[in-house]
Amino acid sequence: MTLIKHELRQGKVSFIIWTISIGFFLVLCIFLFPEMKDQMNNINDVFASMGSFTDAFQMDQLNFGTLIGFYGIECGNILGLGGAFYAAFCAIIMLSKEEKERTAEFLLTHPVSRIRIVTEKLMAVFIQIIAMNIIIYILSVGSITIISEEILWKEITLLHFFYFLLQIEVAMICFGISAFIRKGSIGIGLGIAASMYCLNIVANITSNVEFLKYITPFGYTEAADIIINGCLDNKKVLIGMAVGFISVVTAYWNYNRKDIY
Amino acid sequence: MDAVKTLNLTKKYGKMRGIEQINLTVTEGEFFGFIGPNGAGKSTTIRILLGLIKPTFGTASIYGLDITEDKEKILAQIGYLPSEAIFYSKMRVKDILKLSADLRKKDCKKMTENLCQRLQLNINRKVEELSFGNRKKVAIICALQHNPKLLILDEPTSGLDPFMQKEFFEILRERNQAGTTIFLSSHVLSEIQRNCTRAAIIRKGNIIACDSVEMLSKTNAKRITIHGSAALHKLDGICDRKEIDGGISFLYHGDITYLLQALSVGDISDLSISEPDLEEVFMHYYEKDGDKYDTDKT
Repeated sequence: MTLIKHELRQGKVSFIIWTISIGFFLVLCIFLFPEMKDQMNNINDVFASMGSFTDAFQMDQLNFGTLIGFYGIECGNILGLGGAFYAAFCAIIMLSKEEKERTAEFLLTHPVSRIRIVTEKLMAVFIQIIAMNIIIYILSVGSITIISEEILWKEITLLHFFYFLLQIEVAMICFGISAFIRKGSIGIGLGIAASMYCLNIVANITSNVEFLKYITPFGYTEAADIIINGCLDNKKVLIGMAVGFISVVTAYWNYNRKDIY
Repeated sequence: MDAVKTLNLTKKYGKMRGIEQINLTVTEGEFFGFIGPNGAGKSTTIRILLGLIKPTFGTASIYGLDITEDKEKILAQIGYLPSEAIFYSKMRVKDILKLSADLRKKDCKKMTENLCQRLQLNINRKVEELSFGNRKKVAIICALQHNPKLLILDEPTSGLDPFMQKEFFEILRERNQAGTTIFLSSHVLSEIQRNCTRAAIIRKGNIIACDSVEMLSKTNAKRITIHGSAALHKLDGICDRKEIDGGISFLYHGDITYLLQALSVGDISDLSISEPDLEEVFMHYYEKDGDKYDTDKT
């Protein structure tokens, strides 16, 4: 527990900044909806006929004129990308920072096993991501109530839940990498999150590379699929979680055997 | 019981040399010195003992426990002072000290207070605001506050002012008298000579001598200082020759009879023959004649 508390304290400032930023943009978008709603009916047709751009964001499948349609796309871009960035940032530095900032010598010369260090650090990553998602969820539902729109609990909760799964997968992959690197960690983490986002867009544009959806966690968090079908492609989620799990196991394995400088 | 025992401890960094076949024994309660210049392998040895890096070959045990199998049990009994004291920069000193104690699951408030007072450390400051010397004090307290059985100190005095160095060694002597084993790694020989009972000298990853400090200082060589002139060029075994005002000073490890013969026919106004201090012996053998020293001693 000592290390979890220590990590939460260490990550406090970035947690607050990321949560406020993501929360702020999400709330802002929700507050923009009433004004945009009336104009949306006309815009829908425009959005639905923008070729690749439409495909990329699946704008032909969701109705911008409804809150959930609007929210699905906004949420996808703000919570999806923002959340993935935060999860990547949080996880990629978790193990590597000790060596980068040369505090590993201090930490690892205490009677704490490396397994425990990895476990508590992983817990700290999860706790921060869970806390951020709870806050964002409350902010989001609260804002929808304020603008007096109907809350489609199932759809919104599912959306948030799958974005949470996405963040957990990104975090687990980055955590695995964190056990191997010493420098340049943040760049690698954000790069991974961004490229996964791009892979999904590519997969949306051309059906030739549909398989990419199995690689990127953004593949299973397509707002249109969640809202329209009310469920997810379990296969994609399972593959994603398996990749994350393997990544975490690799982190344990490598951190336990590596030489620390 | 042996506090530290290593058997053929070897670490290779690819083709680079780390340490080779290090055999060391430090008995419980000893004040042991570990001498060598930068890059000789002192820190590598210490890092293996602490489980930070794994040896390529060989084994090591601390209080009879194997360093790879019982790492946590061993670390619970060790206080380690790293050569570079680096902490989480945003944290306050008191939080660092508390974190260290918490990680050891120990409440050592009283001891911490006492040490902070003796070393004059302000615990309310942030680590990033501290000078190198003050950071070192934080590291010293982290190493000492839980009253460990074995203290491993890597270049402990760098950054400390002379007054603090004196206080620090005072604390170490008290601990040693109370039974703590101390493993002091340093390149400051006077430190070793003043405090340690036994010492090992490491050079290029190999232990070239391990003996009591007294024996290490006692070599055949003598420091000869003469005022006046004498025909010394025929003598073998002169080194570290220094011209001094009106005379010459050198280390002599040849036959003393030949030296006296040479001096007796010279024009000498003053003469002193003394034991060289450890530093002199070390510098001399280290730089020029290390291999010879190796064979002499082993």
